[in-house]
Amino acid sequence: MTDRPSSQATLAGLALIAATLAAGAAAFAYVGGWLSPHRLTPTKLVDALAPPSGPSLGHRRNHAKGICFTGVFNANGNGAELSRASAFAPGEYPALGRLNLGTANADAADATVRVRGMGLQITTPDGAVWRMAMIDPPMFPVATPEAFYELLRVPQSKKPDAMKDFAAAHPEFATFAAWAGSAPWTASYAEEPYHGLDAFILVDRSGAERVVRWSLLPQAQVVPITDDALAKLGPNYLEQEIVQRVAKAPQQWVMALTLANAGDSTSNPSVPWPEGRRVVEVGTLVVNKIEAERDGPCRDINFDPTILPDGIRVSDDPFLAARSSAYAKSYDLRTSEVKYYPYQQPAPAGSRP
Amino acid sequence: MMTQRTKFTVLQRLLHWTMAVCILAMLFIGVGMVSTIMPKYIPLLATHKTLGIVILVLALIRLGVRLYYGAPPLPEDLPEPMKLAAHLSHYAFYVLMIGMPLLGWAMLSAGAYPIVLYGGLRLPAILPQSDALHTLLWDAHFYLAFGFFALILMHVGAALFHLLVLRDGVFASMAPLPANADPAAGE
Repeated sequence: MTDRPSSQATLAGLALIAATLAAGAAAFAYVGGWLSPHRLTPTKLVDALAPPSGPSLGHRRNHAKGICFTGVFNANGNGAELSRASAFAPGEYPALGRLNLGTANADAADATVRVRGMGLQITTPDGAVWRMAMIDPPMFPVATPEAFYELLRVPQSKKPDAMKDFAAAHPEFATFAAWAGSAPWTASYAEEPYHGLDAFILVDRSGAERVVRWSLLPQAQVVPITDDALAKLGPNYLEQEIVQRVAKAPQQWVMALTLANAGDSTSNPSVPWPEGRRVVEVGTLVVNKIEAERDGPCRDINFDPTILPDGIRVSDDPFLAARSSAYAKSYDLRTSEVKYYPYQQPAPAGSRP
Repeated sequence: MMTQRTKFTVLQRLLHWTMAVCILAMLFIGVGMVSTIMPKYIPLLATHKTLGIVILVLALIRLGVRLYYGAPPLPEDLPEPMKLAAHLSHYAFYVLMIGMPLLGWAMLSAGAYPIVLYGGLRLPAILPQSDALHTLLWDAHFYLAFGFFALILMHVGAALFHLLVLRDGVFASMAPLPANADPAAGE
């Protein structure tokens, strides 16, 4: 049965085997990024978010401070002509979300954080899940995930003009800086609009596609306040305020879809679309219960904006993939750090809810 | 026909080579997707989930087929340690082919992620949300993937060793093409 080859042929065979295995292992290492130290990985992006004192262990790596809400999304049916997603059919669907501050520090004082956000999940009876993560500025600070990574690394730079250099290299940043410098602050999560910023593609029943961006527009009266005045209200005022406000009355946001005109950028969330676009109000988010994050229903949810129901899909906006991969990394990390943020541990007296 | 088969059945060989392509693709997609933030992350993730379920179904079919048809015997003159390694590695393959997709499915369930495959097919959660389980399953899925790849390299090395050095017909028993040119086939 056996036909032993010569020792020369054996050596050639062994060499061929070694070369095959080495090539396989090298290909695997290449694809995994171990041979590409400059590849921007989700780990690098998430690590860059950490403040100098280190990440808030057990918490989201960004938008680390937040509070849970539950309520309903009342769809008025206007969205059904644009998308076959069941959340746009007239009806009332369970909503779950999280109001938060755009900071990596879970203990940041409210008035030190310029950007606020909302994570939202809408589920429909057919089992479809739609998750969103939105922020209150009407534009993203930078045009690409790579630029965002650079921005995060500016504070670590040893160059004295690092921020100036960054702004010069990324002119879109000026639009955001102007918003940050001039937009009024408010003393309530309920008074903020939350913008999806990234473009998505709606698919209707006929398969026709339309590009949209969405926003949740507050129905509460907006009362501008200065950041100094907000600071005087206390470091955790926003959470205290939303607890009290929702206990008195449900809070509402109207979901508005803005349809792109031909030529509008679908891939660059740092550029707001000009006025005059068709806007369709598709329903109202009604928040009727607030719960502390520690044991609240939003805690274990990754508000990954690429988790979409049938009828909505991602556009060519590169932030969507970058956010999805980084959010997953953040979730993997924080779920492994639960001992630093345990459930059902009585909060020490005087701490925030 | 009571003579012992010297080759796996055509169905077994078809399953073997189809799954070989799927599993290699799966492992490369896995390490590729977790190391990138580029737009390809989204289709890679969707493919990883879908292909994982395809592999799970194929592996269960294959297990049934294997239990029904068995396997041709290894050459009698193969040293015992190599026979043992061959047998153990095949158990490991079945454990991983069935276990890895289940670990991934369970991991996503424990993370409260909806599990949606290509074509909009939704799978139910097989575990409730749990931080501890998510972490355990994530670690298992991650580290076993490297174990799986190492096992495949060993398997390829051993197969080529049989083909190129021992020339004992073991490779031909699972060869993708009818090995009519193989003098060791013995049929």
